[in-house]
Amino acid sequence: MADLSVNVCGVDFKNPIIPASGVFGYGREYEELFPLNKLGGIATKGTTLHLRTGNIAPRIAETPGGMLNSVGLQNPGIDHFIESELPYLMTKDLVVLANIAGSTPEECAEVAAKLESTDVHMIELNISCPNVKQGGAAFGTNCDMAAEVTRLVRKATTKPLVVKLSPNVTSITEIAKAVEAAGADAVSLINTLLGMRIDINTGRPVLHNNVGGMSGPAVFPIAVRMVWQVANAVKIPVIGMGGVSSGRDAIELMMAGASAVQVGAAIFTDPYAPVRIVEELNEFLDSKNIGSVNEIIGTVKPW
Amino acid sequence: MKYTQGKFIITEKTAIAREIYSFTISCPDVAAVASPGQFVHIRANGFTLRRPISICGIDKEKGTLRIVFEVRGEGTAEIAKLNKGDLIDMLAPLGHGFTVDESYSKVILIGGGIGTPPMLPLAKIYGNKATVITGFRNASAVILQDDIKKTGAEAVLCTDDGSAGIHGFVTQPFTELAEKGGIDAVYACGPSPMLKAVSKLCIDKGIRCEISLEERMACGIGACLGCACRTKRSDEEYFAHVCKDGPVFKAEEVLW
Repeated sequence: MADLSVNVCGVDFKNPIIPASGVFGYGREYEELFPLNKLGGIATKGTTLHLRTGNIAPRIAETPGGMLNSVGLQNPGIDHFIESELPYLMTKDLVVLANIAGSTPEECAEVAAKLESTDVHMIELNISCPNVKQGGAAFGTNCDMAAEVTRLVRKATTKPLVVKLSPNVTSITEIAKAVEAAGADAVSLINTLLGMRIDINTGRPVLHNNVGGMSGPAVFPIAVRMVWQVANAVKIPVIGMGGVSSGRDAIELMMAGASAVQVGAAIFTDPYAPVRIVEELNEFLDSKNIGSVNEIIGTVKPW
Repeated sequence: MKYTQGKFIITEKTAIAREIYSFTISCPDVAAVASPGQFVHIRANGFTLRRPISICGIDKEKGTLRIVFEVRGEGTAEIAKLNKGDLIDMLAPLGHGFTVDESYSKVILIGGGIGTPPMLPLAKIYGNKATVITGFRNASAVILQDDIKKTGAEAVLCTDDGSAGIHGFVTQPFTELAEKGGIDAVYACGPSPMLKAVSKLCIDKGIRCEISLEERMACGIGACLGCACRTKRSDEEYFAHVCKDGPVFKAEEVLW
């Protein structure tokens, strides 16, 4: 049994595997299948200041090797999260990353401030949701705005702050450097890629929102490339995600420079995916006689 | 809610109409807790998203479930390739099913096309207290009529083109029955326009009605919030989720 524990900006994880925000709700539905303490952490459903009803259905479409979603940040609001969801999650032995979002930098800061008095371990600031008209991706596609929202949230919280980046940009390294300079303790990437499908029988987009975020195995090589570029551009840790569906994928993303790995769409195909990936990670390390998962982080030898 | 995920043996496969298949699956633990109106979430090899398929039969003694599904696209075509003896990967049983009350003396079950299969477990429970009205495009699309008759329920068949049974939609014979009165409950599954019409009629006449909805779905268990459906609860609009809050809703809850 290899040592799977990692440390991301001062927070200890028993293993580096974390269900990504949005696929896992607040954990209750999957606890029916496996104990949550098998996971390194959980990134909770993106939560805003007030309740959001989200977009009109259909919100889901299949794509070759993946899917599109346009949920639109449906969530019960931060107060409900703090009162009714967080206490339950805090009794589980895993790292809780509270994923937060907002329509304005001030709203993001207010949400972060509300979490200050809780025991939540980390804040993951979503500046990259492609499914909301205001805020969301707008913050994540512009260096100045990304820095501004990071700075305001940084002021509002003493918790370790992870900023989740959008891949729908010309240069993700520039955004990563901007949020690092503004006080982020880590970055996580990649959020979904903006995509679209059309039903050729009706001429209508499959998603009622017309466009949505693409995820799943098809986006994995883009995630590897972006994690590698960002890991080489910043000094803060990188949490990698995007199409990871096996232990081998997790290893690959860690070799590219990720200190921990989030698992998203793979959970829809195999609800046990995060637990299986932890086991596969261990098997790989044992088969190579590698004592600790930390020994593989950022070890890719570029040509 | 108690669900599991696993691979289960297909013990019987039959093609019951063009592009419509019936699988019997040995899954005692799932069958033991399954109820009418629930669904199973099936993995299609090579696809990211599972396919939700309603339960058409529950045999708790034999420990089997029956599903009947239509090949609608690439995913269901992949599932249809499975044969007797193969393993099928299911996350099941899922969702909130129909409210069954055996004290009812007269119920109407309405199935439109591939919405017919979830009516069969109800017909089995209600037997001769049930009238099952089903509608199909044409005679070649008709399914499950013998199964319905075997339950003791009365079967009323409609086709859009009149090639079998009554020439017309299910709402025709249903309206006539509703006029006569004495109906304790209506259960329906099928295309949206049909469900909308049935719901309206029941609400107008004050008949208890439950409908089973369909939506594009990802997780199947209420975590991802993909399958949203506009509903009304204590006069407040509420985005429910078909997989967990449904697929069965009270007619008056759904905002069309």
